[in-house]
Amino acid sequence: MSASTPKLRAADVRAGFGDKEVLRGIHLDVAPQEVTAIIGPSGCGKSTFLRNLNRMHELVPGAWLRGSLQLDGVEIAGADVDPVLLRRRVGMVFQKPNPFPTMSIRDNVLAGLRLTGRTLGRADEELTLQRSLTQAALWDEVKDRLRDPAVGLSGGQQQRLCIARSLAVGPEVLLMDEPCSALDPIATARIEDLIHVLRESYTIVIVTHSMQQAARVSGRTAFFLMGELVEVDDTQSLFTRPRDKRTEDYITGRFG
Amino acid sequence: MSQPHTPIIERVIEAGLFACGALSVLTTAGILTVLATETAAFFAEVSLGAFLLDTQWTPLFAEKHFGIWPLVGGTALTSAIAIAVALPFGLLSAIYLAEFARPGARQALKPLLELLAGVPTVVYGYFALVVLTPLLQRAVPGLAGFNALSAGVVMGMMITPMVSSLSEDALSAVPRGLREASLALGASPVRTVLSVVLPAARSGILAALTLAISRAVGETMIVAIAAGQQPRLTADPRVPIETMTAYIVKVSMGDIPAGTLEFRTLFAVATALFLLTFAMNALGQRLAARARRVGQ
Amino acid sequence: MSALHPRHNRAARRWEALFRGVCLGAVALPLIVLLGLVGDTVLRGLPKLDLDFLTGFPSRKWERAGLLPGLVGSVQLIVLTAALALPVGVGAAVYLEEYGSRTSRIARVIEVNIANLAGVPSILYGLLGLELFVRALGLGRSLLAGAATLALLVLPVVILTTREALRTVPDSLREAAAALGATRWQITRQVVLPMALPGILTGAILAVSRAMGETAPLVVIGALTFMTYVPDGVDSYFTALPILIFNWTSRPDPGFATTAAAGITVLLVTLLALNLGAIVLRGRLMARRQGSP
Repeated sequence: MSASTPKLRAADVRAGFGDKEVLRGIHLDVAPQEVTAIIGPSGCGKSTFLRNLNRMHELVPGAWLRGSLQLDGVEIAGADVDPVLLRRRVGMVFQKPNPFPTMSIRDNVLAGLRLTGRTLGRADEELTLQRSLTQAALWDEVKDRLRDPAVGLSGGQQQRLCIARSLAVGPEVLLMDEPCSALDPIATARIEDLIHVLRESYTIVIVTHSMQQAARVSGRTAFFLMGELVEVDDTQSLFTRPRDKRTEDYITGRFG
Repeated sequence: MSQPHTPIIERVIEAGLFACGALSVLTTAGILTVLATETAAFFAEVSLGAFLLDTQWTPLFAEKHFGIWPLVGGTALTSAIAIAVALPFGLLSAIYLAEFARPGARQALKPLLELLAGVPTVVYGYFALVVLTPLLQRAVPGLAGFNALSAGVVMGMMITPMVSSLSEDALSAVPRGLREASLALGASPVRTVLSVVLPAARSGILAALTLAISRAVGETMIVAIAAGQQPRLTADPRVPIETMTAYIVKVSMGDIPAGTLEFRTLFAVATALFLLTFAMNALGQRLAARARRVGQ
Repeated sequence: MSALHPRHNRAARRWEALFRGVCLGAVALPLIVLLGLVGDTVLRGLPKLDLDFLTGFPSRKWERAGLLPGLVGSVQLIVLTAALALPVGVGAAVYLEEYGSRTSRIARVIEVNIANLAGVPSILYGLLGLELFVRALGLGRSLLAGAATLALLVLPVVILTTREALRTVPDSLREAAAALGATRWQITRQVVLPMALPGILTGAILAVSRAMGETAPLVVIGALTFMTYVPDGVDSYFTALPILIFNWTSRPDPGFATTAAAGITVLLVTLLALNLGAIVLRGRLMARRQGSP
């Protein structure tokens, strides 16, 4: 394990909505260029934690956050950070693919740049387009129909399109909130292959309800239960020699 | 729910309730019958060509022209001005209420906005004639006492809640996932609304506009009081005009005997009005239905 | 100071705030203008607002003009309109929601009709009323003809709001009552309608408010714009507040503008009282529902 600054660090993070506390004191480091999986039963707070990493949590009225969250050693949750700027460095892919329905495939990929006011010259746009779609393993399938509506793609293709869209913005971190739960096994496998490749260039945090998926794609896995981080370890170690009984109960299927 | 042994009284009640519902069909039939019979009598004396091709409307003068266009033009002018007011205010209000307002603020502001629609139109007519026109005359050179501008502006105020409420429904129907996708890319909330939410709500907003235009076209008192009684085909908002609805009121109030051609002009104009508003309502409903389908 | 500091995004944030401000302004400005117009009107009408005005009769001289026939006529009209429109409207809504199966063609036809009627300009109802009630049925230019016309006009409103109110009653209640052996009408009358009452009342108030402010259909029917006695029966000639206001507004004499302003004040106050009373009544009804065993 490297001793350099973690890419993301959570220290004593507490969060919730109104009177309800969902996260109770999370301490977690995420290393750069690694895939970190977050597993746990429904309602354990894993999505809430993820959504705090790009400050999407605060969009819900009544949402609150306490504690420290850092990106490259810099606090990101305070008033001295513009969430809009943060989200250009920390991207997110959602559970249900959400391409913009009024735009073509091409416009969807470039949407991130256009929406953030970063217009490129025509040549640069084409370059970004091809690069992002290639990184998302979608280029070959859509290169002849870039101007077709994005909603005409299959579920799996739409999700890869959303990944391409997020990548086009040039983030350093990619957050994935159960990206395959709405997809069939073949589409899921393709995205998992994709994650293996993306790992080399991006830091990835993936929330998944499938332990098998966590075992397949991640280097480190964190187990959340009822708002607490019970255990975090190398994926191999967590699944073969869990240190906490609760972890063992979960991965052997006694609950959740 | 089937009732194998329905007593007589249940069936009587059901028949009675059905009759209540059927009354609506009878009302429609009634309106259509009234319009059709009188208009048919009108067109027995005036050719359709004269009605549609003449550009003068002088049925009550000695030299009679029966071209509908001046009245349609007056209606179109006042309605256009009304939409020019209601669209920006209504749409921006909808954006505020749907995207930026806190739930408490939204609950307080919505009924307040509805107040604009609750003011009786005769009161709006008074506002236009007595308060607004003198005010505008200081700013707009050549503004006549009766004009399309004051009436149009006030009509715009009246239909703003309609545009706002229907547009707000359209905006709220846009799935949350689209907003989140845009925000997660690092787009600002305003950019998200303008570039992602608004285009997605296009059909619903168009539906809102169409229905609002229909309302403006059918409005009577504001234009009868403030827009004038001089049918003329013009795009100048400063001069008196006459709308289709105002003409109907004028003839009703006058002492033209029923059964005469002059009186029947009222029904010919009413039929034109009915067809216009019906077409726009149908279009608006269809757009609204399409908006509901796309919202998935 | 990190690269994520808001000041790196200052220009964009300024546009954000500006746009939000404009949107808020779009909500506020029409309301402020309305307030100004109403305020101006009330002030303008003050000289005329006195007991003589409320109890007097229209006159050729604005100083002596009063609105009693209009006030009485309006009250008579809305009472009559409500008496006609509410039973029929609620009945139609009950038929569509509780009896008509959703897919039956007749129910669909009725629904489409109601939706269309809601969008028909009010003046066309006046024409229907003129030919049907005044002429064909021989009611003449009477209070009854006026009320019947207004009842047809507000019927779609009553039906639509009543249907919404009926929909808020959960199906489980209907099923429970049916399981006890109640007939459809018994269920409707004893379970569904009482629960939907607050919503129905809202619809009723909306309809009555609308009827009170309507002018065009009544003008076409032949309501009097100048009346020197109070309407004295359903077959009597009649007038209404908005008609008197219309008449006064149309007169060139500036004194009549003052009279119209005073009339408007009375109309607005009446509408306000009507709606506030309804809100209070509805609150009472709903509280009783929540509290009662």
